[in-house]
Amino acid sequence: MSGAFRLPGGLVDRDRPLGFTFNGRRYRGFAGDTLASALLANGVRLVGRSFKYHRPRGIFTAGSEEPNALVTLGMGRNALPNSRATMVELADGIAAFSQNHLGPLGFDPLAVTDLLASFLGAGFYYKTFMWPKAFWERLYEPLIRKAAGLGRLPAGADPTLYDKGHLHCDVLVIGAGPAGLAAARAAGQAGARVILADEGFRPGGRLLAERHEIDGARGADWAAAQWQALAAMPNVRLMPRSTAFGLYDHGITGVLEQVAPDARAADKPAEILWRVHTRRIVLAAGATERPLVFPGNDRPGIMLAGAVQAYVNRWAVAPGRRVAILANHDGGAALAAELEASGLDIAAVIDARRDPAVVATRGRRGLRALTLADGRRIACDALAVSGGWSPNLHLAVHRDGKPLWRDDIQAFVPGEVLPEGLAVAGAAGGSFGLRDCLAEGGGAGRAAAEACGFTVPDAPGFAADNAQHPPAPIWELSPGRGRAWVDLQNDVTTKDIRLAHREGFRSVEHLKRYTTLGMATDQGKTGNMLALALMAGHTGRSIPETGTTRYRPPYVPISLGALAGREGGHGFKPVRRSPTHDWAAARGASFVESGLWLRAEWFARAGESGWRASVDREVIAVRAGVGICDVSTLGKIDIQGRDATEFVDFVYCNGFAKLPVGRVRYVLMLREDGIVMDDGTTARLGENHYLMTTTTANAGPVFQHLEFVRQCLRPELDVHLVADTDGWAQIAVAGPKARTLLARLVDAPFDISDAAFPFMACATLTVCGGTPARLFRISFSGELGYELAVPAPFGAALAEVLMAAGADLGVTPYGVEALNVLRIEKGHVSGPELNGQTAPKHLGLGRMASQGKDYIGRALAGQTRIDGAETARLVGLRPTDRTQPLSAGAHLLEPAAPRTQTHDLGWISSVAFSPTLGHHIGLALLNDGEARIGARLCAVDAIGDTEVEVEIVPPQFIDPEGARQRG
Amino acid sequence: MIIDHPLLGPRDSDEFTYLGDASLLDRPDGLGEDAAARFAEYVYMRDNPAGLHRELWFHAAGDLSWLVVTRNTATHEITAVELASDVTRARRAGK
Repeated sequence: MSGAFRLPGGLVDRDRPLGFTFNGRRYRGFAGDTLASALLANGVRLVGRSFKYHRPRGIFTAGSEEPNALVTLGMGRNALPNSRATMVELADGIAAFSQNHLGPLGFDPLAVTDLLASFLGAGFYYKTFMWPKAFWERLYEPLIRKAAGLGRLPAGADPTLYDKGHLHCDVLVIGAGPAGLAAARAAGQAGARVILADEGFRPGGRLLAERHEIDGARGADWAAAQWQALAAMPNVRLMPRSTAFGLYDHGITGVLEQVAPDARAADKPAEILWRVHTRRIVLAAGATERPLVFPGNDRPGIMLAGAVQAYVNRWAVAPGRRVAILANHDGGAALAAELEASGLDIAAVIDARRDPAVVATRGRRGLRALTLADGRRIACDALAVSGGWSPNLHLAVHRDGKPLWRDDIQAFVPGEVLPEGLAVAGAAGGSFGLRDCLAEGGGAGRAAAEACGFTVPDAPGFAADNAQHPPAPIWELSPGRGRAWVDLQNDVTTKDIRLAHREGFRSVEHLKRYTTLGMATDQGKTGNMLALALMAGHTGRSIPETGTTRYRPPYVPISLGALAGREGGHGFKPVRRSPTHDWAAARGASFVESGLWLRAEWFARAGESGWRASVDREVIAVRAGVGICDVSTLGKIDIQGRDATEFVDFVYCNGFAKLPVGRVRYVLMLREDGIVMDDGTTARLGENHYLMTTTTANAGPVFQHLEFVRQCLRPELDVHLVADTDGWAQIAVAGPKARTLLARLVDAPFDISDAAFPFMACATLTVCGGTPARLFRISFSGELGYELAVPAPFGAALAEVLMAAGADLGVTPYGVEALNVLRIEKGHVSGPELNGQTAPKHLGLGRMASQGKDYIGRALAGQTRIDGAETARLVGLRPTDRTQPLSAGAHLLEPAAPRTQTHDLGWISSVAFSPTLGHHIGLALLNDGEARIGARLCAVDAIGDTEVEVEIVPPQFIDPEGARQRG
Repeated sequence: MIIDHPLLGPRDSDEFTYLGDASLLDRPDGLGEDAAARFAEYVYMRDNPAGLHRELWFHAAGDLSWLVVTRNTATHEITAVELASDVTRARRAGK
C-alpha cells in the first residue's frame, strides 16, 4: 500500500510505485503523484512551520500558488530550499525536508513567537528594535537573522546545471487547460508555429481535477487526446513543466522549463530559462482560488476546495476522513456531492451566505473541529474552503496594464487595453464555464494564427457543460473573534491590516510594504485579493477604488541558477592565456588575473624566501643585465586607410602629423570631458598604417570608442580598424644587454645599432631565420628596451629562443610585479594613476597635449574639476625613515594637521619596494604637488592604522634624464 | 527588446551595448570660439524624455555597427533604427 488515505481511481500509475523520504521517514507514492499528493496519501498533514509565528502548517493548495508546503529537496550542495511540494513531481529517491523549525517539526521551540503574537504585529521590527542603538548590530540583528528566513542556503556552490536559450514561434499559448488546448489546436491546425507551455507535468489544467465531459469523453482523456494530436503536428512544440513567468518588451516571454525527473542527468541541465520570441500570445493561464478569512484558518487540514477536489479526483487521495466544506457560492454543495460519491464523509456544508459563521477551529497539529457562531461544534479533519476564483491575469498586466474589476464574479480581469499581440482566453479572462473556455480558446487561437497570416480551417466546436458558481461578496467571517490569516506564508493577519489602516498605510502599495503582505515567495497569490477587500472595508472605498498592487515578473520564483544559466564561474568570466602561458608555468611562474587574462606575476626559484625575493631578483636582473617579460596582453588595434593619420591625430591628444614612418609615440587618449581614458604607444608602420597599443584592461572599451569616433563623428574618413590583440605575441626585452641579446635573433641585413634603430623606432623584419616580426624600441622600465612581436603561434618558441640565446647574458624572465616596480622607479603612470579622475596636467603630462588641432577631449582638457583635487600633481615619495614601508591608498596630510578629510592633501596611488634604491618608494597625486617637492608630509593609512613620515620628491627615482633608455 | 538592425535584421538587444543620447553625434568644433561652453553642454547636458528618444546602441556581439535607435522610453516601442554613420553623413549633407 502506498498510503492509508489513497482512494481508488485517479490519474496515478499504480504499476509504478516510487519511494521517497520526508524528514528521514520512508514513504511510498506512485508515478503521477506530486510530493504533496503523496504526503497526503500517507496521512502526512503537518509539513512545515510558518514564517513568523512558527505555526504548524499543512498543504493548502494543489498547485503553483502554494503558500505553506515549502520544503527543501535534497541535501548538502544539492539542497533546493523553498520547493513547493505541490509542484514537485514525485520521483524515486526524493529526500524532502520541512523548513523553519528549530527542533523536530512536531515541537518547535520558536513557536514561542506565536504566544508573543500580540507584540509582533506589522512593523514591530521598526518599533521594537529602535533602542538602545548599540544593540542593533550585536544583539538584535543576529537574533532576527537566525529566526527569520524560509529554508537555509545550501552549503557550497550549486552543482546543478542550468541552461538558457531562445525560442521563436508565431503563437505562444500559455496554459494547457481547456482554453489553451483549444487555442493551440486551432492555431496548430492552421499551420502556425505554436508553442504550448504549461506549468504542470500533465496537460488538462482543471480538467484533471474536476469531473467534466467534453464531446462525451472524460475531461482528462479529452486533454490527453488533444495533447497527442498536437504532438503529431511538426509545427507545434509542447512544453510541459514550463512556466511562463513574465511578459517583456516586443512580445518576448520568459519561460522556465523544468526537465522531467526521469530525464535528468548530472551532465544535463535541470532547468532551462527560455526567452520565447512571439508574434502572438494566447494567455490561458486559468484562475487561482482564494480562501475565506476566519479565526484559526491556518491549521493543517484546511485547504482550498479546488485543491481538495484535485486530490480526490486526480490523485485519488482523501485529504481527511471527515471533510467539512465552506464556501460563499453554490460550488460547496456540488463539491459535497462529488466527495460523497468518492466515499468521503461530509461533516458539514457551510454556506457563508446564510449559515452561521465559523468562529474558531481546533487542533494544534492538524484540524480536529470547527465551532460555528451558533455554538455548534463540527468534528472534522479537513475543511475545503472557497471564496471564489481570481483570474491569473499576471502576464496581461506585466507591461503596465490596469486590471478591471468585475462585480459579477467578484474578481479583477485583464483590462480592455492589452499588450500588443496578447489575447486572453478562458478563466484567465474571467470566463469560468467550460463551454465558454473552449470557445474562447478556439477563437483566440484562430485569431492569433490569422493575424500571423495563416488560413484557419473551419472546425466544429466542443460540446461541454457551462456550469459556474459566482461567489457572493463575502471575504471575512466573524471579524474580531480571533486571529485570522490573510497571507499564510508571511503570517499577515486581519489585525495587521487593521493596524496598517489605523497607522495610515492605506494605499495598497503601502499596505503591502508595511505588513509584508504578498511579499513572500508565493507573492500572495491566495491572499492579496482578501487583503484588498479588507482594506476596502476599512476605508469605506470599493475594491476597484482601492486597486491592486502592481503585478511584476516573475510569476513564480525563479532560481538564481536558472537566471545565470551557464554564465557562472568561467562561463561568465572566461580565462585568456597568453601565448607564453605554458612556457611561463614550466618556469615556475605564478599567475595573477588582469581582466580576463592570466599574467605571470613572478617566476619563483627554489630557495627564495617569498615573492619579494623573486621580484627583487627580477628587477635587479633587468637593471643590471637583461630580462624578458610577456606583454602580449596589451591591446593591439591595427589602423589603416588613406585618412589613418587624421584619425589617429583626432583620437589622441598628441600631435601625429609629424610622426615619420618607422617611429613610435607614447600617447594619451582622453575622454571628451578631458580625463585620460587610456595610454599606450602607437607605431607608424607605414604611410597609412598605424599599430595602436592599449592597456590590457582597456582594449575592449578603447576599440568601441574608436568605432564610435569612426562611425558617429568622422564617417567621412577612409579608415578601418581591426582588433588584433590575439594575433601577435609580444615580449619586452629590457636591460643594458637587451641589444646584445636581440642582435643574435634579428635576420640580416636588419641593423639594430643605436644609430640605425634609435629610441622610439619601430620596424617590420624577420627574426630567427625568416619568422615575420615587428620590433619596437620602447621602454616601460626606463632601461634600454625593446618589444618584439611575432605571430601568436610563435610566442612560446620566441621565449625559448630568447632564453637560450641569452643564457650567457643571464637573461631572466620577469613578471608583472617586477614590471610594476620598474615603472614606479621610473615614474611611469599606470592603472592606479589613470583612474578616471586624472587629466594630463595632473600626471605631469600636460605638455603632451597638442595646441594646434582639434582632438577628443580638447575643449574640456584642463577644465574638468574633480572636487578638491584640481591642483593635484603626480609626485614621488619615500619614507623619511628609509626602513619603513609605505601603503597604497594612504592619504597625505601636514604632520601637525588634524586627521580629517578637510586637511587631506592627496593620496598615494602606487607603492613598491625598490631593490635598486633599497627602500620603499611611492607615487602620489598631491595638491600643489610640484610646489611641495622637498616637503615632509604624513602618510596616514586609516585602514592599516599606520602613519609614516614621507619626503616629497620628483616622480622619477632613477635616470630622470632618460640616458639609459636612449643608450 | 528586439532591435531591427538596418543591415542584419531583427537582433536581440543582448547583442548590443547602450551608450545614450544620440545628441553625441552633434559634436561641436573643438577649436571654435566658445568651445568650452558648447562642450560642457555636449558632454554633460541630456534630455530625459518620457517618450520618443534617439539613442546610440553598439552592436558589440555583432557587426560592430553603431546604430541610432528611436525608442519610446515609456513603452519601449522602437520606431526607427539607422546606421549612425548614415545619420551623421546625412546631417553634414543637409548643412
